Amino acid sequence: MSLIVDHISYIYDKDSGLPTVGLKDVSLSIPDGQFIGVIGHTGSGKSTLMQHLNGLIKATEGSIYFNGEDIYDKGYDLKKLRSKVGLVFQYPEHQLFAETVFADVCYGPGNLGLDKKDCELRAYDALRKVGFPEELIFTSPFDLSGGQKRRVAIAGVLAMKPEILILDEPTAGLDPKGRDEILGMIKELQQKEKMTIILVSHSMDDVAEYVDRIVVMNHGSIFLDNSPQVVFSHYKELEEIGLSAPQVTYIMHALSEQGFPVKCDVTTIQEAADEIAACLKNN
Amino acid sequence: MLRDITLGQYYQTESVIHRLDPRVKLLGTILFFISLFCFKNPVGYAIAIIFLAVVIFLSKVPFLFMVRGMKAIIFLMVFTSLVNLFATKGDAVLSFWKITITRQGIIMAITIAVRISLLIIGSSIMTLTTTPNHLTDGMEKGLRFLKVIKVPVHEIAMMMSIALRFIPILLEETDKIMKAQLARGADLESGNVFKRVKAMVPILVPLFISAFRRANDLATAMEARCYHGGDGRTKMKPLKYQKRDAVAYVILAVYLLVSIFLGRLWIFDIM
Ligand SMILES: Nc1ncnc2c1ncn2[C@@H]1O[C@H](COP(=O)(O)OP(=O)(O)O)[C@@H](O)[C@H]1O
Ligand SMILES: [Mg+2]
Repeated sequence: MSLIVDHISYIYDKDSGLPTVGLKDVSLSIPDGQFIGVIGHTGSGKSTLMQHLNGLIKATEGSIYFNGEDIYDKGYDLKKLRSKVGLVFQYPEHQLFAETVFADVCYGPGNLGLDKKDCELRAYDALRKVGFPEELIFTSPFDLSGGQKRRVAIAGVLAMKPEILILDEPTAGLDPKGRDEILGMIKELQQKEKMTIILVSHSMDDVAEYVDRIVVMNHGSIFLDNSPQVVFSHYKELEEIGLSAPQVTYIMHALSEQGFPVKCDVTTIQEAADEIAACLKNN
Repeated sequence: MLRDITLGQYYQTESVIHRLDPRVKLLGTILFFISLFCFKNPVGYAIAIIFLAVVIFLSKVPFLFMVRGMKAIIFLMVFTSLVNLFATKGDAVLSFWKITITRQGIIMAITIAVRISLLIIGSSIMTLTTTPNHLTDGMEKGLRFLKVIKVPVHEIAMMMSIALRFIPILLEETDKIMKAQLARGADLESGNVFKRVKAMVPILVPLFISAFRRANDLATAMEARCYHGGDGRTKMKPLKYQKRDAVAYVILAVYLLVSIFLGRLWIFDIM
């Protein structure tokens, strides 16, 4: 059970006057249960890559294998793929359409051909998982706050019970509190439901705390693909392509340059605090 | 997905046609249309085709790019042609069962197909070489005389330019919403008509909401910058006729005279 991306390239508006490179020779293997962060500045091809993973865009070159099957094969059931690889778009609240929150979340499972009862059970379950307040599930989705709308939209994808959940910039446009809530909820999904999660973001601070692996994109290709510790140790190169390491990385590097014997490969504020405390104790 | 529609899109490049004053292009397009309805023989159409071919060549817009946008209209063209083919009375050339095809019918069908193609290519040449802003500027200035009879020319022009500006944005938005619903397992292609119309609801509702939201935002932004209609409003780049525009008008006049004269001359008649 895994998703393998094999040397794919994609060009937007291929035969018009203005072709744009979307992806250039991207290869990626996504094993089960991993929590992956995909980072890159705006226009680096993150969203394009994500839309390939569930077959919304067909690569100009290369192939994608899901559970050992080529998704570009004739007769491959793309609808089924899309239920297994759930994609939550950027600003997903813009896709809400039904009269009630509950009806909207039922839309996905309904499309899978489940009967009404199953749909409703799944919708209810999904709304609970995203921490949506139960008393609001029969209100109109358009009356909700931004953060709540986003939860509903995420629940709409979760209700299809995907094996892999992709979230394209799920924190865009949220305030710090909304951001932390959404990220915490995603982490919980990964831990409790054992889902494979791909979290797209342009901010290292968003993903540093949570992910097992970071894929850095630049100009449509993969620039780095490694554990957070290794990726952040390249913080100088990251700056050259318009990104930055999390703030703690800078602090630890500055401390170590000042002669403090601290390890620089910490990724979270908590780890950094522990490391500094330990270092101070030893001296 | 929806980006294949080129009708009404601007094609960015440097050419004489692009640089022409929008009023020349607007009037030219209208006169070209009128000329198409004056012809009575194939010579007129031949001249129109040559004229259009030269304009396309000068505009540097790839012909294929232009034709791709016509796909949607081919159905209409074929349909009208067929209706004319079977419904025109005259000297029968072919008849089977209850259908007769007449010589006049064939000529009519071809004429209609040629005329519609010329109309479409003619208008797309204008929109492909003129930015929407330029186009509405041209309209506003060219139709200013209508203000005398209380036609709100500026307001109409402003509405048109906003509408034109929104077309690509809404297309992009539709594409996004469609993809988002496809990701939720939507099936837009199979089933009967009712099923398909029903499948459009999850796309249309968010699309309308987004269109209203954008319209509202734009109105607020315009008011915040003290927009109050056309009176006393000046332009950063006022339209001014150049020498090439005069040349274009002369060429246009020559085309009209020659094509309509030859296009109506009885010696070329074939009907
Ligand atoms: N629908 C589209 N049509 C044409 N070009 C596009 C489209 N979507 C994205 N692009 C282009 O593809 C490149 C990658 O975009 P995208 O994948 O959206 O980047 P990111 O999500 O990292 O910001 C950009 O140069 C962008 O302009
Ligand atoms: Mg993006």
